Amino acid sequence: MTFEWIQIAYAALTLFIVINYGLIMTAVVRKIGARVGGRYGIPVWQNYIDLVKNFALRSKISHGVMFYLGPVFRLTGGIGLLLFVPTIYGSVMFQNFSFAGDLILALYFIFFGTLGMALGAGESGHPLAAIGVSRGLAQVTAAELPLALAVFAISLQYQTLNITEIVAAQQGSIFNWTLFTNPVATVAAMFAFVGTMMRSPFDVVIAPQEIPIGPPTEYHSAYLALMQTNRVLFPVAKVVIYMNLFFGGATNWAEFSIKVFSIYMVSVLIGVVHPRFRVEQSIRFFLKWGLPVGVLAILMV
Amino acid sequence: MKDVDKSFRKDTETEIPLREELQPRTVTAPDGQKIEIDPLQDYFCQEPPKVHKQSYLKIVEDFYNWARANSLWILGFGTGCGAIEMRPLMTPRFDAYRYGIQWRPTPRQANLLVISGYLSVKTLKRAIRAYEQMPSPKYVMGLGSCTINGGMYWDSYNTIKKLDEYLPVDLYIAGCMPRPEALLAGFMELKKKIRKGEGEGANKYAENFDWYKANQKSVIKDWDMPDYNW
Amino acid sequence: MMRDLYDHMKTRYRLGDLTEQRANLAFVDVAQDELRALLVELRDVHGFTHLVLLTAVDWIEEGRFQLTYMVNNRTANLTLGLRVYLDRKSPVGNTIHDLWPTAATYQRELREMFGISFPGSPRVDEEFILEGWTDMPPYRRDFDTLAYSQQTYAERGGRETHDPRDHMQKKLYPEGRP
Ligand code: SF4
Repeated sequence: MTFEWIQIAYAALTLFIVINYGLIMTAVVRKIGARVGGRYGIPVWQNYIDLVKNFALRSKISHGVMFYLGPVFRLTGGIGLLLFVPTIYGSVMFQNFSFAGDLILALYFIFFGTLGMALGAGESGHPLAAIGVSRGLAQVTAAELPLALAVFAISLQYQTLNITEIVAAQQGSIFNWTLFTNPVATVAAMFAFVGTMMRSPFDVVIAPQEIPIGPPTEYHSAYLALMQTNRVLFPVAKVVIYMNLFFGGATNWAEFSIKVFSIYMVSVLIGVVHPRFRVEQSIRFFLKWGLPVGVLAILMV
Repeated sequence: MKDVDKSFRKDTETEIPLREELQPRTVTAPDGQKIEIDPLQDYFCQEPPKVHKQSYLKIVEDFYNWARANSLWILGFGTGCGAIEMRPLMTPRFDAYRYGIQWRPTPRQANLLVISGYLSVKTLKRAIRAYEQMPSPKYVMGLGSCTINGGMYWDSYNTIKKLDEYLPVDLYIAGCMPRPEALLAGFMELKKKIRKGEGEGANKYAENFDWYKANQKSVIKDWDMPDYNW
Repeated sequence: MMRDLYDHMKTRYRLGDLTEQRANLAFVDVAQDELRALLVELRDVHGFTHLVLLTAVDWIEEGRFQLTYMVNNRTANLTLGLRVYLDRKSPVGNTIHDLWPTAATYQRELREMFGISFPGSPRVDEEFILEGWTDMPPYRRDFDTLAYSQQTYAERGGRETHDPRDHMQKKLYPEGRP
């Protein structure tokens, strides 16, 4: 693969589109939730206002270098995830920096943000943040297991670690999607999906009512704004991976937004009807249900 | 109202000793080195709050104020009876979210501290800590007659009677108890103030820091924290 | 029911008169040194398993504190209040935290609010709800809470207080009572 400078501009454009898309999508999802509950709900541009507000706060308190780097790592995780995965299949502009073997990198990036957060939150010195982070790491680790297994399964199936090729193999008809060619792997991956989307029932780590808010307890103003950006970017990036791996990828922005929205809604739907799990409950859940399905997926290929 | 009773004098002599873990002490390290520790000096930062300037451009400041007004994050901290009237604001009937009002669990992410009723001395201490940890610009709202002039706790031995002696209050909402509608009206009023650029409570606090501290210390006898918590 | 129980206990303990408030609620004065034996028997033999409350009254004119131990028999729906009197000068109660663990909390509160000490009760000398309190215990009747609050807390002027009865009379009958 050749590298051209114009790709950086393209990548920035992708990032821009995706962040805006994420900001609006999360607001819309909250709005839908509110409407279901009979409320009017937040305005769809609320996320933008919150962002501006957080950047506009006057006093900032740092607890050290890692405290700065926490949100930065987190955002890097999100951006990296997005940029090394072809957002739009077949488009020169938006296929980003994907290359052979990027699947492994993507798996790594999913974890990267959480790790960065762990370091940052630890530096903040707030005991609740430390508790929140350790719980978060435990849960994410358990939730990632089925995903890793599912990824092995499909890379065996397609005999490649290149996401672009995996997407290419799924083009043509809807029945070429991994969803249909390898349903067990998809199910296993979906376990990981709902587990890492930080929505109920697996959001005990950041739930405001729990140990106050977990890792971000001490984060405020611009740090928080960075994390907010990531909060909208990361799910979308993650959904993009899932879309590429299991749901045939997207060939244009319209398809992209529809698919991302519907995949995102899966976790939302599961979230609104289930109460929260405690961490040990959810770990047990993943090990009991997610893991066997993942193993099964590998065995079936 | 009864005049000040001359026969009863409160005890002003007795001092509360500092909590044991906050007292200065000498610790011997494993290698025999002696270390002097004064926890209040060493564990906490003693810097007083700063007055923060506005942005240089008026239009930028106006834009910021607009954003601040439309994204009020309330610290989920309830005192007194009034906390019960804040909960309905989240329900479909009142739905404060549509005005950009949200509840945040930690002071670091909140901009608005709602003192929702009487404050006992013990709670006042926590309220001050919470207030000081919030990033500026920050706003304080007093709810109910208890925060205004003591309300029905006017003769209580343990509740303060005038909140603005201890924290810079931007807005009071009268009533005992103010209904959620009154609260919403108060939020709207506060938004107007912020947009006009009058929500400068944090700077007021920083400018009159000594006065506020003197008032706070006159009622909180066991002051066991640094002067400014952040 | 209550009467039977009282007559039964009367033979062995020095009890005061029985005050029957309702059919299932009664109070009786007991001697301080017999309190514990009485409570144990009520709890273990007569089924009064629940300590409803432990509270105090300041009889300042008589120079004594009254402790009320209220116990309840759930199956028979009976509530019995035992009253013990302590000297107001040096009030020392008997701790019953080993009979009902909840009593420890009550005793801590009494210690703070009335200054009644309960030697042996866990954490009884720690602060309970007041922090940094230096004055006399605030529930004693010689503590003037209004004066204290006026001497301690800043006030806002312009406060008016109406006696509800006078106020309504003036409002309803401006020319005096009919
Ligand atoms: S003003 Fe009334 S409702 Fe509010 S805290 Fe005071 S007594 Fe309670």
